Amino acid sequence: MSVFVIAEPRAGELRPVTWELIAAGRALGLGPVTAVVPGGPGEASRLAETLKTDADNIIALEHGSLAGGSGGALADALAALIRERAPRVVLAAHSAAGMDFAPTVAARLGAPMVTDVLSVSFEGGSLSAVRTVYGGKLEAKVTLAPAPTVFATMRPGSVEKTESSSSAGVEIVPSGASGPFAKRFVELVKEAAGEVDITQADILVSVGRGIADKENIALAEDLAKALGATLSCSRPVVDLNWLPKDRQVGISGKTVKPKIYVAIGISGAFQHITAMKDSGLVIAVNKDHRAPIFGVADYGIVGDLFKVLPALTAAARAGI
Amino acid sequence: MRIAVFVKHVPDTAEADLVLSPDGRSVKTGGLPHQMNEWDRFALEEAVRFKEATGGSLTAFLLGPEEHEESLRRCLAMGADRAVRIWSGELAETNPGAAAALLAKAASSDAYDLYLSGAQSSDDGYGLVGSMVAEALNLPFAALVNKIEPSGGTLRITRELEGGFGEVLDVDLPAFLSIQTGINEPRYVSILGIKKARAKPIDLSSPADLGLSGAELSDAGKGLSVTGLSAPESSGRAEIWAGTMDEIAALFVKAVGEAGGGK
Repeated sequence: MSVFVIAEPRAGELRPVTWELIAAGRALGLGPVTAVVPGGPGEASRLAETLKTDADNIIALEHGSLAGGSGGALADALAALIRERAPRVVLAAHSAAGMDFAPTVAARLGAPMVTDVLSVSFEGGSLSAVRTVYGGKLEAKVTLAPAPTVFATMRPGSVEKTESSSSAGVEIVPSGASGPFAKRFVELVKEAAGEVDITQADILVSVGRGIADKENIALAEDLAKALGATLSCSRPVVDLNWLPKDRQVGISGKTVKPKIYVAIGISGAFQHITAMKDSGLVIAVNKDHRAPIFGVADYGIVGDLFKVLPALTAAARAGI
Repeated sequence: MRIAVFVKHVPDTAEADLVLSPDGRSVKTGGLPHQMNEWDRFALEEAVRFKEATGGSLTAFLLGPEEHEESLRRCLAMGADRAVRIWSGELAETNPGAAAALLAKAASSDAYDLYLSGAQSSDDGYGLVGSMVAEALNLPFAALVNKIEPSGGTLRITRELEGGFGEVLDVDLPAFLSIQTGINEPRYVSILGIKKARAKPIDLSSPADLGLSGAELSDAGKGLSVTGLSAPESSGRAEIWAGTMDEIAALFVKAVGEAGGGK
């Protein structure tokens, strides 16, 4: 039985999650792991070279429509390949790309699928997986029905990449999907850098939705000033237009590793935690003692941030 | 432009201690406050803006019991012309496959130009139903859209990627787009506005009305099953400071100082 892992190209490189998927694929213990690397002619095979010592087999899936690692024709190309090769398990990342192509491929093939899993295992002929629900407050064990091919997308950062020493050959496969494509890649764009670079701060005071109103952010700014810290935030604060995007800590914002991270009114959705979990000291303030942020914090204060913040600020100013 | 939007009414679990059902496979959500799924609020606002900009119609679809109708009333209050609720007493729990089969059938009776939903829901967070509905209706699908610019019968969209990148694509209509938060600023709807929407009817469809037999529905949902729920492994890692506010603040300053911070 074979395991296919869908590599993730971005801006001319394969993203680290690619190696995580290979490790997860190996750990299933089902058989050889084939990495599928999509891209334009020449591009896919060049990217495939970077996996030669990691995967057992590599397929460079090439077509002009796949240039730029685009999500345009990718679902069509993968559906055709997987239908032909019939791997037992297909693993992709639960990433911006994986959320775009993987469910379409599985649905087109009528294959059972689970998304955003932390781990996968193969037991009694079925794929099982663990994932979180309700914003990370609970873990769910999920089993997929037995089927010729099943799909799972994995949360980036959940699996450790492992050392290996394969010596895979690269099989160049032209995409079996023909156009015209209703969804066509145009270009990759990058947001302009903002005024503040929060990745350079030693200390971050970060506010989440719990701050409740734009005006209240001043309370966090006071603490930041008292600590010599930079102000940052979680995504909802940016979605609500309370702070600009350059302050956002998150998968779609910035990844930070300050010496000290103070999370104020942040629940701890994985998109946020992934981007700050390598911080030195993490202190969280939240009125929900079950908030997932307490799973990554070193110290926690369970309480009303409107009472806690002024107290912390006063103490910090006094240097008690 | 004929627009379809799919919304879900979900529990607000932010400050709740979640209680499991007796079989341990689902959460008892009955007593929790509920609201429209956050991602769907942005999709609904985008749908309404398209209706306003192009003329045409907006139909909102929701899979859920009567207690979830408030989210459909919000759609009507914001300008949807028609609201459809799909449910039957036999639908105990829904999983993505079954939900997609029902929603696709409900939406297939009319032809739309643009289908929108939020990128995921805050309860299960699979991010699956939209793409499965799209595939059932033979529509191109794009996930995590944070910008849409019309250009004739095509849309130039931007999908949000990691780290501040975006993927720009051209998509031919009809198409299904899943919407990322922050794409717009959802307008405020007053309680009075939602109440007034009570005057507009909500069409109710059961699986039987849609021509889906119990066996077909079971088949659609059989791919995935939740076998158990539990507290996350990482929970309870933080040492929670106890004491008076002054004591806690002192512990805070001490910890920060030891980590090399503060003035």
